[in-house]
Amino acid sequence: MAEEVVLLDFWPSLFGMRSRIALAEKGIKYEYKEEDLRNKSALLLQMNPVHKKIPVLIHNGKPVCESLIQVQYIDEVWHDKAPLLPSDPYQKATVRADYIDKKIYDLGSRVWKTKGEEQATAKKEFIESLKLIEKELGDKPYFGGESFGYVDVAFIPFYSWFYAYEKCGNFSIEAECPKLIAWAKRCMQKESVAKSLPDQQKVYDFILQMKKHFGIE
Amino acid sequence: MEEEVKLHGMWASPFSRRVELALKLKAIPYQYIEEDLSNKTPSLLRYNPVHKKVPVLVHNDKPVAESMVIIEYMDETWENNPFLPRDPYERAMARFYAKFIDDKLLPTLAKLGQTAGKEKEETIEEIHEQQKVLEDELKGKQFFGGQRIGYLDIVAMILVWLHLTGSITGQKVLSTEKFPLIYEWIERVMKMEVVNECLIPEEKRQDWIQLAQRAPKSASN
Repeated sequence: MAEEVVLLDFWPSLFGMRSRIALAEKGIKYEYKEEDLRNKSALLLQMNPVHKKIPVLIHNGKPVCESLIQVQYIDEVWHDKAPLLPSDPYQKATVRADYIDKKIYDLGSRVWKTKGEEQATAKKEFIESLKLIEKELGDKPYFGGESFGYVDVAFIPFYSWFYAYEKCGNFSIEAECPKLIAWAKRCMQKESVAKSLPDQQKVYDFILQMKKHFGIE
Repeated sequence: MEEEVKLHGMWASPFSRRVELALKLKAIPYQYIEEDLSNKTPSLLRYNPVHKKVPVLVHNDKPVAESMVIIEYMDETWENNPFLPRDPYERAMARFYAKFIDDKLLPTLAKLGQTAGKEKEETIEEIHEQQKVLEDELKGKQFFGGQRIGYLDIVAMILVWLHLTGSITGQKVLSTEKFPLIYEWIERVMKMEVVNECLIPEEKRQDWIQLAQRAPKSASN
């Protein structure tokens, strides 16, 4: 039976990018469907009735929701190519990225959504978290060690938003976390990553639009 | 090499209790270390330096943190009584609903203790909507895991706790009338000895209710 893979997504979504990268790493052909989040498709509402959110991975008609669950699913189904998670149970347990998920996203959001003192605090906490992550990376080429893996997939999408965070918060991430930027640039050399991440300027323009929409200046 | 398994936990933490249930379901002998969260042991700080939280499972001196990570680790290391199904799609579903409980239901329950009046009523409405999601998952099944207790049943134990504490506070957070499948599931799992062993003992339930109403964030994940 022919495999049918569809990804319901929204181009600036950090979460959608993860699944795009995972699918590209495995060389899986899929149909990308752009969702208008102000006018969600009947398909999206049908495939993710609980959260009504993107990304949704639809494999042979069956939906998988939540980006990290999708990445694990992709890794398990197409296990013979480019493994993303280590096979050793203990190694696997130590690389689980789940804690990055909420924390970095929320902190980053506060950087562009707020101003004044609130923003100053958000910036400080955001940088602290990035530094913690940079520490996790250490001197390894990737979070996964010698090869690109699950944590790299989970975290690299944020790089496409760095320019936007920097402009909104008036700071330089490279100055604070040079090793992290070096890691990001290394990842960007992979076709699966470069093809899956949007242009940083485009993301910034999108954020500016969002700020206008929310009335933040 | 002899297996050595230790669990750093806390009696009131549902995340810690979850791991205990998982250990008992696989009949893994372990040493339990009760942590006083206001005075954490040096071992805990060494094993979980980043988050300093419980539960932490230490297997032959190797620490694993985060309750769901621990449970998956256990499932891969001890193959008896598997928690997760073999099929990747079924696994994704189990993980999805477990995440739903942890990310949606538990925070709403935590919020409940802080609300009163109309806000409280709205929060209870929210909980019922979330309960419906779980009720639908039980259709045609004995357990969330199907014929046998599994990954999602372990995470869903919070429903049993709510049911038990509801009869103490007199406040029915869980609507067992609206959701009969959940009620049947609660009755079914409460017949299991291992489940009972992992419930908060009767004499500590009042303390737990009070703790829960202060919504501590210090515990776990």
